[in-house]
Amino acid sequence: MTVDQLREPAIRVQGLEKSYKGLRVLRGVDFEVARGAIFALLGSNGAGKTTIVRILSTLLRADAGTAGVNGFDVAGRPADVRESISLTGQFAAVDEILSGRENLVLIARLRHLRDPGGVADDLLARFSLTEAGGRKVSTYSGGMRRRLDIAMSLIGDPPVIFLDEPTTGLDPQARIEVWQAVRELAGRGTTVLLTTQYLDEAEQLADRIAILHEGRILVDGTLDELRRLLPPAEVEYVEKQPTLEDVFLALTGGGGRDGHDRDAATDA
Amino acid sequence: MTKHFLGDTVTLLGRSLRHIARSPDTVITTAVMPIAMMLMFVYVFGGAIDTGPTSYVDYQLPGILLITVASGIAYTAFRLFTDMKSGVFERFQSMPIARSSVLWAHVLTSLVANAISLVVVVLVALLMGFRSAAGAPAWLAVAGILVLFTLALTWLAVIPGLTATTMEGASAFSYPLIFLPFLSSAFVPTDTMPGPLRAFAEHQPVTSIVNTIRGLFARQPIGTDLWIALAWCVGILVVAFALAMNTYRRKIS
Repeated sequence: MTVDQLREPAIRVQGLEKSYKGLRVLRGVDFEVARGAIFALLGSNGAGKTTIVRILSTLLRADAGTAGVNGFDVAGRPADVRESISLTGQFAAVDEILSGRENLVLIARLRHLRDPGGVADDLLARFSLTEAGGRKVSTYSGGMRRRLDIAMSLIGDPPVIFLDEPTTGLDPQARIEVWQAVRELAGRGTTVLLTTQYLDEAEQLADRIAILHEGRILVDGTLDELRRLLPPAEVEYVEKQPTLEDVFLALTGGGGRDGHDRDAATDA
Repeated sequence: MTKHFLGDTVTLLGRSLRHIARSPDTVITTAVMPIAMMLMFVYVFGGAIDTGPTSYVDYQLPGILLITVASGIAYTAFRLFTDMKSGVFERFQSMPIARSSVLWAHVLTSLVANAISLVVVVLVALLMGFRSAAGAPAWLAVAGILVLFTLALTWLAVIPGLTATTMEGASAFSYPLIFLPFLSSAFVPTDTMPGPLRAFAEHQPVTSIVNTIRGLFARQPIGTDLWIALAWCVGILVVAFALAMNTYRRKIS
């Protein structure tokens, strides 16, 4: 890795645009992710989160704008980008018919590592899957599948990892397991770009949060910075800081049970 | 990335072969339908069809072999479709591997699976009284033509495997291919067919391939049928390969 690469942010996205059949999914997205950070892209379904991840992982071409990962342009040097990343998609991309261990060995072979069996055994131990390692993945629970999926993404120690809605469809216990895995990753210096529609997930995990709405980044900052965007709630008996949920809904204009309160505030 | 093409293809081939070994039903069902047809043709219709000095079981086997391949490749489309839908495909595409090795692994798996089904069908035919005077070179030639035919149809199957939106769509394309041998010299001599149908039957690919295999089995001179058969197989292979690769490139952008 060159000095220039180290100075570069791990991910740099500028003016990214993408349309599907006239529908503008991304309308000029800009953000940067520092090396070793956990960055959360927060947005509702259809906000364009997955589209960004697909462009960054070289699965999709942008219509306009530039995106760089680990210092490599995704359009110009896709092979180098693929060497630098690993993608955990929205649906656990594991091979149901193979065992957990065979899945890991397969990926280790495809990453051309020297000791695929050893790599697999280490990861099984790290993700508490040693016992289940010999069983077919089709017998795994949702949480085990996700853990295996993330374990597969760590093979070869890619410096940047994309996690596209890693906890969608998981029960609370499995979510916590995944969160632990993500924290451990960041602890090792891996840059994590996480997309989520769960506000508490972003609040729990991310160093920085960007709120994506209708193809644009509305705000981008740390949780504290986002909180400061709204005035504290009126003090009656207890001072109540706005939660990230309040910030999100106020910015995206999302309806729901908070709509009434906001209307009242506008009237005042 | 091409430096890893062979290694990656072998790794991915190993994966698909495991799939087959663990769901042998896909290979067995591929063989069951042609075997059932063979039983029906030989024991129900066969007695009423005049094939001259050739015994009917010998006469119809080449056509049954082509039907076996035509129904077998539906599973290639199915396996590819499953990979596309499950996200496994995207995982591979986002990794530093030779991208086309993903397709080649499926194609080679199709060759292996079809070879197993074909051997099973031939063994059943032997039990039913099929006999061939062919020596090793003729058997090798038959194997070569069947491999070429399987490759051509497999690359054809890759296209719906990549583009289908439903499981049914991914395998439905093989129905006309399974039906094609009925409109050829595979089960009845073409000279009893009415004019236009006969013209079609005599000039479609199945007839020349069937005649070639039949001639090789019977140690009879094959003549131009061999070259026509090879031309069809190579022609379909080249066109299907080009279309499949083009579809693939558009899919992975």
